Amino acid sequence: MAAPTATAPRSDVPTAAETARLRRRYARRDIMSRVSLYVVAILAALVCAGPFVWSTLTATKLNADLYNPQHNPFLYNKPPTADHVMFLFTDTAFATFAWNTLWVGLLVVLITLVLGVPAAYSIARLNRPWSTPMGIAIFFVYLVPPSLLFLSLSRVVVSTGLQDSTWSLVLIYPTITVPVSTWLLIGFLKALPRDIEEQAMVDGYSRLGAMLRTILPLLFPGMVAVVVFAFTLTASEFIYALTFISPTEEKVVSTGVPTELIRGDVFFWQSLQAANILIAVPIAFVFNLFLARFISGFTMGAVKG
Amino acid sequence: MADTLTEPTAPPKRQPDGTRQRLADRDGFLAWIFLVPTVVYIVALVAIPFFMAIAFAFSDVTAGNPSYGWVGLENFYRVFDDAVFWQALGNTFVFTAISMVLIVVLGKVLAMILVADFKGKWLVRFLVLLPWTTPVALSSVTWLWLLHSIYSPIDWVLRNVGLIEDNMYFLGRPGLAMASVIAVHVWRLVPLAAVIMMVGILSIPDDITEASRIDGAGFWRRMFEVTIPLTFPLIAVAALFGAIFTFTDMAVVYVLTGGGPTNSTHVLASWSFVRGIGGGDIGQGAVIALFLFPLLLAAAVLILRAVRKMETI
Repeated sequence: MAAPTATAPRSDVPTAAETARLRRRYARRDIMSRVSLYVVAILAALVCAGPFVWSTLTATKLNADLYNPQHNPFLYNKPPTADHVMFLFTDTAFATFAWNTLWVGLLVVLITLVLGVPAAYSIARLNRPWSTPMGIAIFFVYLVPPSLLFLSLSRVVVSTGLQDSTWSLVLIYPTITVPVSTWLLIGFLKALPRDIEEQAMVDGYSRLGAMLRTILPLLFPGMVAVVVFAFTLTASEFIYALTFISPTEEKVVSTGVPTELIRGDVFFWQSLQAANILIAVPIAFVFNLFLARFISGFTMGAVKG
Repeated sequence: MADTLTEPTAPPKRQPDGTRQRLADRDGFLAWIFLVPTVVYIVALVAIPFFMAIAFAFSDVTAGNPSYGWVGLENFYRVFDDAVFWQALGNTFVFTAISMVLIVVLGKVLAMILVADFKGKWLVRFLVLLPWTTPVALSSVTWLWLLHSIYSPIDWVLRNVGLIEDNMYFLGRPGLAMASVIAVHVWRLVPLAAVIMMVGILSIPDDITEASRIDGAGFWRRMFEVTIPLTFPLIAVAALFGAIFTFTDMAVVYVLTGGGPTNSTHVLASWSFVRGIGGGDIGQGAVIALFLFPLLLAAAVLILRAVRKMETI
C-alpha cells in the first residue's frame, strides 16, 4: 500500500545526523509514493471510465458532427444536442426496458435473500453432518453456467408457459444468484463468533429467536454485499434474456438496447451511447455507496475476513 | 449493530423442567426447513436442466420438433466435423488464459488504489467500478462504437499522430478482433478482481503492515513479502472468478464481433448459442455447451482449495 505514515523511529540509530538523513529519505519516499499513487489512480480512472466519457460525448452530438471522420472525435465540432437522448424515450421502449430490469432485479434480490440467508445459516451454523458437503455442492452449482443450461431451461420456460414474459427471468435468475449468495453468506456467517447466539439462547431465546435478533443484524454487511452483487449479476445477464424473450415490451435493458436500437445495419449510435450512460451511472453510483459502507465496516472491524 | 445485544426486552421464560422443546429450538428441524426451499429450487432449475442438457446431446431435438429421439453420438460427430467448433474451443482457452493473467496483475494494482486514502478517492472509485457494474451487453455496444471501422477515436488519434495511414479495422481482422474481445473482458473484469483482492488487503491486520514498515521494508518488498503471500488465497479466488466469467461469457463476443470475421472469434458459449438457438439444433448446441463443464469443475476444485487455505490461515 502506498499510504504514507510519519517517519518511523529507529531506536538502533541514535545519532542526530543519521536520524536527519533517514528522515529525509523517508520524506522523499513518502512524496514519491504519493505522486505515483495519484498518477496510477488517474490513469486507472481514465482507462476504466474512458469509454463512458466517449459515450457521453457521442450521445450528445449531431449526426453532421459525428459522421465525419475528419472531425476531432473528442470535441464538439457543432453544437451539442439532446435530441438523440430524447429519441430513446419518445421513439423506443427504453423506459420499459429500464423498468423491467429494475423490477426483475429487485424481485430476484428479494428471492435470493429469502432463500439464501436461511440456507447459509443452516449450513454454517446448525452443525448437521451434511453441512460441509452441502456447502461444497452449492458452490459447484454456481459453476454450472447459463451458457450450459440455457437450452434446457428454454424448454422448461416453454413448459411453464412463461416464454416471452419478463416473469420467466424472475423464475430463472435466482439460479445464478442463490448459489453464489449462499456461498458468500456462509463466509460472512463463519466470521461471526458462535458465542453470540449461544449467549442469546442462554438468555432464553429459542434458536430461531436468537438468529433473528442477534445474527441477522450482524449479518447486515454481508446481506448488503449480496444485494449489490445479485443485482449487478441480474442486470448484466444476457443469454437467458436473449433466449427466453422476444416481444419488445417484455425485454430488459441488456437485450432490449442492443436488439432494438440496432435495426439491421442501422445503428442509432448516439441513442445507444445515451442508453449505456443512463443505465451505467445510476448502478455504479448505488454500488459505490454500498462499497464505501462495506469498506468502512471492514476497517472498523465489524466484519473480519 | 452491537446495541441489539443489550436490547432491554425481557426474553421469554423457558419451561423450568426443560422437557418441552419447541420446534423453533430443534436444530435438526430448523436445518431442514431452512435448506429445503433452496435445495428444491436448485434441483428443479439447475440439476434437472443439467441432466436434460446431457440428454439433449444424444438426441435429435430441434426447436421445431421438440419430441425426443435418441441418436447416440451423431451430434458429437457432426460437431467435431465442423472446424468452427475447434476454433471456438481454442479461442475459449486463449481468451481465458490471457485475460486471467491480465486481470490478476491489473486487479492487484487497482485493489491498491481502492484501499488507498487520497483526495477524490470517491470519484476514482466510482469511475473505476463502472466497467463491472454496467450490464455487459451495453458496455460491449460502447466498445463496438469505440472500435468502429470508420469513426473509431483510437484510429483518429493514430492517424493524427501519423502512425497509420488507413484505419485499423479492429473488428474486421481476426487477430485484432480477438485482441479486442480480450481487451473488453479484461477491462470489464478487472474491477471485480480488484474488489475481491481489496477484501484480502483490508483483512491484513494493521500491525503487520506497520511492523514491516518500521523494519524498513519498502513498498515493493512489503508487497512481495507481506501483502501477496498473506492475500494469496483471495488473489487465487479473483483469478478464478475472472477466468470463469471470461470462459462462460458470450455477450461480449455476440455483441462485439458476432463471432466474426468469418467465425474466427467464436467461443464455446457463442457457438453453442448460434447452433442451438440460431440454427434451432438443440442437440448440437448441447454438445458444444457440455464442453464447458469439465473445465469448470477443475476451476471449482481450485477455488475451493484456495478457500480452504484461507480458512486455515
